[in-house]
Amino acid sequence: MVEGSKVTASARDRILASIGASGNPEQEYQAIERGYESAGTAQKGQKLDLFIERLTDYGAGVYRCTHLEIAATIAERLHARNAQSVAVPHDIPVDWLPQPFEFIRDHASPYPQIECCDGVITGCAVAIADTGTIILDGGSSQGRRALTLLPDYHLCVAFEDQIVETVPEAMHRLAEAMSRPLTLISGPSATADIEMTRIQGVHGPRSMEVVLVSL
Amino acid sequence: MSVRVGAAAESPSFPMAAKAAMEDVQLRQNVRHATGVIRAKRALLVEEKADWQQLRTAASRIKEHTMRYLDRYLVQFEQSCVRAGGKVHWAEDADEANRIITGIIQSHGETEVIKVKTMTSDETQLNTALEAAGITPYETDLADLIVQLGSDHPSHIVVPALHKNRMQIRQIFLDKMHLETLGREPKDLAEAARRYLREKFLRVRVGISGANFAIAENGSVCIVESEGNARMCLTLPKVLISLIGIEKVIPRFRDLEVFLQILARSATGERMSPYSSIWSGVSANDGPSEFHVVLLDNGRTKVLADEAARQTLHCIRCGACLNICPVYRQTGGHAYGSIYSGPIGAILTPQLQSMRHSETLPFASSLCGACYEICPVKINIPEVLVHLRAKVVEQGDSPIVEQLAMRAAAFALAGPRRLAAAQGFARIAQKPFLSEGVLKNLPGMLSGWSSVRDLMTVPEQSFREWWRDRK
Repeated sequence: MVEGSKVTASARDRILASIGASGNPEQEYQAIERGYESAGTAQKGQKLDLFIERLTDYGAGVYRCTHLEIAATIAERLHARNAQSVAVPHDIPVDWLPQPFEFIRDHASPYPQIECCDGVITGCAVAIADTGTIILDGGSSQGRRALTLLPDYHLCVAFEDQIVETVPEAMHRLAEAMSRPLTLISGPSATADIEMTRIQGVHGPRSMEVVLVSL
Repeated sequence: MSVRVGAAAESPSFPMAAKAAMEDVQLRQNVRHATGVIRAKRALLVEEKADWQQLRTAASRIKEHTMRYLDRYLVQFEQSCVRAGGKVHWAEDADEANRIITGIIQSHGETEVIKVKTMTSDETQLNTALEAAGITPYETDLADLIVQLGSDHPSHIVVPALHKNRMQIRQIFLDKMHLETLGREPKDLAEAARRYLREKFLRVRVGISGANFAIAENGSVCIVESEGNARMCLTLPKVLISLIGIEKVIPRFRDLEVFLQILARSATGERMSPYSSIWSGVSANDGPSEFHVVLLDNGRTKVLADEAARQTLHCIRCGACLNICPVYRQTGGHAYGSIYSGPIGAILTPQLQSMRHSETLPFASSLCGACYEICPVKINIPEVLVHLRAKVVEQGDSPIVEQLAMRAAAFALAGPRRLAAAQGFARIAQKPFLSEGVLKNLPGMLSGWSSVRDLMTVPEQSFREWWRDRK
């Protein structure tokens, strides 16, 4: 029995005893046929265009800028949404944040306090062009999961070298981070539960925008 | 052992329930509309994926491999999950799972839980068990909320309330959320659900989920969703309990690269669902401080033991086979009497219950094969259906009249003289039922066939007779 595991010994034993094959799982696993596309084939420009196309498809706005224009682009977006109070991860780079907005740095703030914010700004770990997916792994400038969930607007800063073309490439990049809390976000929260009509924004942020930074 | 698949053991047989469903015009309209929309969206997105067949093959191989070594992968998952700070429980059947979960909630002195859409908990009828223990469960998926507030049953694996239209949903919300006014548009209804649940997300301290995938390599659990309700339930409560069927284990993190590409495309016709959450045990300062996994057997090891049918357990619950099935599209999900409806339900429900209930389900199919063709993990559903039909007959569970008819047929077809005699008899016996050159209004069980179809008559001369008499 595994230490720390609260096991009804009999159930565990009976379940495991009823299954069982002999063989070499490691060897057989390696032999699994994986004929699907794993590495992307697009040029950098095509890849970024695809990423933008997919996000636009989801109704998520994309705004391109250079490294030096991050704060100005963010200011523009916050103005456009009339966002007054904005939550940010505690380790967000200072030079991303424009004046004179009120930023609430999240140091384990109570959830209701985050919920009151008009929006949240974070970075990301990896993004996938093929599916228009942004991936957060709780690493630097991404904050904890609740931060990007409770406010109604999520502005995500993604750098061009964080964009990969395919899902397998993204999984490969995440290999080191696989045990951290991961959130894959593909457009704003949505539902089609009522007559299959797509409604944007149910419980998660109703709007999402991406600032795409060139290198 | 009390293996149970919701209320499937007490439900009416498929032919009876289907007959009633066929008369519900509203239901059939809703089902046809919803399945048509998903099918069209899916078709577009599968077409753009040049490596779709390769993804299907890889998914099928990974599942096949995992099932073969499921005992090892389960133990590996348990070890990894515990290492990451989780607690692992094992439940042989529905009652044991419900007892474990109720016990965890009670040990924290809590009386409310928020729930992510989870079919395993429908299987064990967890909500009923919780309510009996004085615990209030709140379903948070929009469709599940509609089903829960309407005291209804899910009719589809992915879109459980697809049998309800907006006006029906609006009435349920008005009554059960005690609202005075409510708009008529789907967005108004979604907004009402957001307001109704937001307060619960922030207040309730125990979350319950299922899992799309459980990763043996590092003990991570993955949940794919659209609305953000799952993220709320997985992140905000202090205690999180995931009830996971043992077949949900996959060997490694990288295997997600296959399943995440096929799941949303097949289920909702999206490239990727809006949110996928993947977490391992507990993390400091992020999410619940206590995490429990309950690994559920509930008949699965019995399915696993039948090599011809174990591929049933490869299912990733995308619902594509429901949307394409000509039978499901006529009857809707309720006729299957189980939370698992459609072609996959027709093979899963009876097997989980050791073929002791729902024996009519393997016959709820025309064996057209569309479900096999569309399945993203290549489950050969028609093959399993035929295998299960044979089991039903071997068990002697087919209707007596059918058994007698088959015996009579075997006798008549055993030799040319017997066949000629039977044909001669049929020519006379059919006379009372002849009408406009076809057979109508046959008696007894045969009326089920002739009430909706015209049957050709037995001809005056058989081929053999014609051959013998030819000049």
